[in-house]
Amino acid sequence: MTALNIEELKEKAIEMRKTVVTMVHKAQSGHPGGSLSAADLMTALYFKEMNIDPNNPDWEDRDRFVLSKGHVCPILYSALALRGYVPYEKVYALREYGSPFQGHPDMKKCPGVDISTGSLGQGLSTAVGMALAGKRDKENYRVFSLLGDGECQEGQIWEAVQSAVKYQLDNLVVFVDFNNLQIDGTCDEIMPLQDIEKKFETFGFETKRIDGHSMEKVVEMLDEIRDVKNGKPKCVVLDTVKGRGVSYMENVVDWHGAAPNDEQLEKAIVDIEGGLK
Amino acid sequence: MNILEKDLSTKKTTREAFGDEVVKLGKEDRNIYVVDADIAKSCKTMKFAKELPEQHVNVGIAEQNAAGLAAGLSTTGKVPFVSTYAVFGSLRMSEQIRQEVCYPKLNVKVACSHGGLTPASDGGSHQAVEDMGIYRSMPNMTVIMGSDYYSTRKLVEQAAEIYGPVYLRFTRGAIPVIYDENEEFEIGKAKKLHEGKDIAIIANGDAVHLAIEATKELEKLGISVKLLDMHTIKPIDREAVVECLELGQIITVEDHNILNGLGSAVSEVAAEEGKGKVKRIGIQDQFGESAPYEKLLELNGITIENIVNTANDLVGVKV
Repeated sequence: MTALNIEELKEKAIEMRKTVVTMVHKAQSGHPGGSLSAADLMTALYFKEMNIDPNNPDWEDRDRFVLSKGHVCPILYSALALRGYVPYEKVYALREYGSPFQGHPDMKKCPGVDISTGSLGQGLSTAVGMALAGKRDKENYRVFSLLGDGECQEGQIWEAVQSAVKYQLDNLVVFVDFNNLQIDGTCDEIMPLQDIEKKFETFGFETKRIDGHSMEKVVEMLDEIRDVKNGKPKCVVLDTVKGRGVSYMENVVDWHGAAPNDEQLEKAIVDIEGGLK
Repeated sequence: MNILEKDLSTKKTTREAFGDEVVKLGKEDRNIYVVDADIAKSCKTMKFAKELPEQHVNVGIAEQNAAGLAAGLSTTGKVPFVSTYAVFGSLRMSEQIRQEVCYPKLNVKVACSHGGLTPASDGGSHQAVEDMGIYRSMPNMTVIMGSDYYSTRKLVEQAAEIYGPVYLRFTRGAIPVIYDENEEFEIGKAKKLHEGKDIAIIANGDAVHLAIEATKELEKLGISVKLLDMHTIKPIDREAVVECLELGQIITVEDHNILNGLGSAVSEVAAEEGKGKVKRIGIQDQFGESAPYEKLLELNGITIENIVNTANDLVGVKV
């Protein structure tokens, strides 16, 4: 696949968001809020940045992706379905018996899922293991991992962070989807994260903070960090809005893990098609 | 040879068996990794760290990360042995091993020293009384404890050969060398140490040499003992247990809680078969404390004397 340009990526992000709400509506369960906040980054990764081959999901030299915040798998499944890892119709089988699209990502059931995740705080360690193996074997692949902001309350994240720095994993890119909402409320109310970018920087990461919904900024950031081999792992904090693209879901904590009804789905599709062009 | 005539005076720890074997494996196969969490010296993996630094990772005092990192390594074809103490390896990283290793059935080995009461002077916080039970409950996991230096080496070698999660448990202290260097072992197949017709004793790990001594005593008393080393408690060698049930009574002996370990695994088979009686000797569902290892075994009845008396009671011969 040729990498998409910025305008095409914006169009693709619309398709990604529509797929998310459609699959969650069909399943009548799942996590739309955090899927939508991560949609622009995921589009740029899967349709431009990552060196992957849907016809050969286990290709040894591929870039890896670890969805540490595994509950937002609808956005990962949208990318995999739209890239052809699995037939697109499977998005209608989200969370169903026998489906490749389990409630949380299952590497044994879904091609293109590099590791099973779902229990928060654990994915980043596996990404570190993949990146370390790549370094030791002098492979050129990179490892990308997406964390939730609330997920950074888990202690294991910081265990993984310090090991990424120790082993100089400049082939590892960590994204924090900073939408400032978690299940029980805002991150500030539940457990303040303080300056998350500074935290990663203090641990020894090279860091950036950008608007996670500007495709221009996302692409620019990916361009900038692509070839930086300075012995430092990278962290990019993405300022995002939970539920982004669907007016009634934006910044509403209750849409963390709720499904739209028929009427709400219609409205969601209209919003997504209209609002983000 | 007759195990009852074997000289058991040479003693070695089984953590050394792991340390020695994993170096050999690592030199033969560059995909073998060891992931340590700061206690490489104690877990006998320092030799691996020094000789094979490119296959070694030390994450510091961060067991959860050790487990997850190993899972990530394994997705690229590496065969990581995560090495720590049994109490941490089964508890501190338990969820990570469940989610990131057992659930996706990845090729990670959890190799733990200081099993059971063997870290005796460290006290109850460091004695792993429930570790094998925890891992026996996890789908896809194989659970093993070798009974001496040589069997442990062979079982570590086999664990590297089979694909999938394996929990291996070693002793902190030295225990008698039971087997010859070239004795073969198969994961999931009990080792028959003595044939007998009155009663069966099934033991594992550091309890096996006690069971051998008890067998000697019982044979002197005219009680014929069938003795098995059940190094793998999951999958349990069902066929071997069924054979023992033909004798009508089994005693299990283990340095582990009598709940969820060897005794439970054997009892489950007995209950399903609907025949035979099982008496479990092991840790009496209680925590340990700082004390000499032998004292802790005594407090739980994991002794030659108790095995002999229990057998006597079952067979009905008065001493």
